[in-house]
Amino acid sequence: MAVDLDTTSVRALNESLHRITPSSNERHWRIVNPRGKHAIAAGLTQPIDVEIDGHVGYYCAGMNQNARITVRGQAGKGLGENIMSGEIRVTGNVSECAGASGHGGLIVIEGDAAGRCGISMKGVDIVVKGSVGHMSAFMAQAGRLVVCGDADHSLGDSIYEAALYVRGSVGSLGADCVEKDMDATEIEALGQLLKDAGVDASAREFRRYGSARKLYNFHIDHADAY
Amino acid sequence: MPTKAVPRKQAAPAAAKAEAPLPFDARKLRPSHTFPEDIIAEIQRMADEGLYYIRGFGAKRKLPTFDDLVFLGASATRYPLEGYRERCATNVVLGDRFAKKPIELKTPITIAGMSFGALGSHAKEALGRAATAMGTTTTTGDGGMTQEERQSSKTLVYQVLPSRYGMNPDDLRKADAIEVVIGQGAKPGGGGMLLGQKITERVAKMRTLPVGIDQRSASRHPDWTGMDDLEIKINELREITDWEKPIYVKIGASRPQYDVPMCVKAGADVIVLDGMQGGTAATQDVFIEHVGIPTLPALKLAVEALKSMDMHRKVQLIVSGGIRTGADVAKAIAMGADAVSIGMGALIALGCNKPVHEEDYEALGTRPGFCHHCQTGRCPVGITTQRPELEARLDPERGARLVRNYLTALTLELQTVARANGKSHVLHLEPEDMAALTIEAAAMAGVPLAGTNWVPGRV
Ligand code: SF4
Repeated sequence: MAVDLDTTSVRALNESLHRITPSSNERHWRIVNPRGKHAIAAGLTQPIDVEIDGHVGYYCAGMNQNARITVRGQAGKGLGENIMSGEIRVTGNVSECAGASGHGGLIVIEGDAAGRCGISMKGVDIVVKGSVGHMSAFMAQAGRLVVCGDADHSLGDSIYEAALYVRGSVGSLGADCVEKDMDATEIEALGQLLKDAGVDASAREFRRYGSARKLYNFHIDHADAY
Repeated sequence: MPTKAVPRKQAAPAAAKAEAPLPFDARKLRPSHTFPEDIIAEIQRMADEGLYYIRGFGAKRKLPTFDDLVFLGASATRYPLEGYRERCATNVVLGDRFAKKPIELKTPITIAGMSFGALGSHAKEALGRAATAMGTTTTTGDGGMTQEERQSSKTLVYQVLPSRYGMNPDDLRKADAIEVVIGQGAKPGGGGMLLGQKITERVAKMRTLPVGIDQRSASRHPDWTGMDDLEIKINELREITDWEKPIYVKIGASRPQYDVPMCVKAGADVIVLDGMQGGTAATQDVFIEHVGIPTLPALKLAVEALKSMDMHRKVQLIVSGGIRTGADVAKAIAMGADAVSIGMGALIALGCNKPVHEEDYEALGTRPGFCHHCQTGRCPVGITTQRPELEARLDPERGARLVRNYLTALTLELQTVARANGKSHVLHLEPEDMAALTIEAAAMAGVPLAGTNWVPGRV
């Protein structure tokens, strides 16, 4: 199926995508002329392939379930926000809050991601080939954020149980975020994730960061950490 | 000025022997207005603990309320409706601006968003069943939708909160309306809070958090900042749900004159406005008592804003925060609300602060009538708790009956007042049907002071 967003509205496109059932024959969709429109392919539920040729606006592939969505271009704010499962891949750069509160699935960003990448993430795996902006993985609860380049300041501020891996430099760590050891199991699991994401990098080159768990229960003597 | 000197009082004759001063005379105890006993206790608590006080319930200080307004009723110049014979309709449609499937309430009294976590499952179920029986809605809260509440509530509003705990597109599609929560009246500008003692395994799992930690939800949404973003976010929620469901935006009462127009512009079908009397299960006392404005002035500002945009009754307004009686409901509607939302009132109907199990209130350091200890997770009447032995005190079926009775009585009171003012539909109530009893209420509600045509602040 090919859909031209110059002649079809996003609303009509999304309605068609939502009507797909497990037995539908239309399993491969190609979308052209997205021209930065918002909420393209948001709320999909079926394991279909969607390729978008061009740049997308906010909330592309929002709350995705099962679908495999590829954006050949750049993506605006909130790419794949609250993704539950499936896979989203962007060949270019993405704006802020990519994968925000994502519960599962995989997001691969082949370029750079702006600030707050993986904010409030709850189980999603996000792999960024380039670098991420400030405050990435803010309040990250679960899942993994892998950064092959650098991370800007306040990485993992107020982090819970998510795991962060950075190959390059870290501007600074946020409140309660500390460097952790990488043991053999960690390296193996990260290697597998990089492989799944189709990223050619050695897991050994990454450092791991996570929660010091000092802010889990309020303690008067940690008041200045907030 | 008097010119004549006033004769000085005669001194007592020396013969009358002065009595020896009492060793202790209670009349001479002079309390400090600046440092009364409760402030002294609070300062000393702060000195002991070094921490703000976190508690439940809602604002306890004296605030201007709907009690400061009265209805004029009908007389020679207005005709009343026959109390028991003539129809006074109470149905209200919410969300017909953009949504394909608006909500029709049989009574304009809805149940406010309260989380599973803050409330136990019995309380949630009781509220859901009562709302269903009454033809009104109930609302999820921070922490997501439980199967029990979806099953017990015919019409369920699903909150999208900053924390996004348990946020799930399947639940979004199962909901009948979506409420994007920007803030709540008890703490405009603050995120949710659930202390470790209430984070049981089930609650933790729903929120993807470790068991037993103090959970402090975010106060800003993770994927949008500012109202231009919100417009795009609302569009996304509509796209995901194929434009079926009404989208509400909930705001705490701070600057409704600016916030309401922004919500309208962002594409809200319905605005939920929560005044500072709104309840909470756990918030810093300083936040509850000192941040936000009361429901009365907030409602007036919101209605003025809607009218100035020609959006009054087109974008519906639900108001909450301190609604207790049918008179409160009627006054809120007369001021321009389309419906009200009730949280604390419904919990009180369920038994909150009821004088039973008094020893358990005492163990919390309180008494029935004074309890605000929802944050402890040890609610003596089994409402705001996750402990099975306490929850057993609240039978969902009986609880549903209590809340249903309460909502029925509120609706009857509302109709009584509307008929007395000659209205065949409660939405026909208007500010002209009311007078204010205090200058403050007149100014805040925009209703003339009784006996005058004076609305302070209006030229
Ligand atoms: S009785 Fe229960 S619901 Fe009511 S204030 Fe106390 S703890 Fe909260």
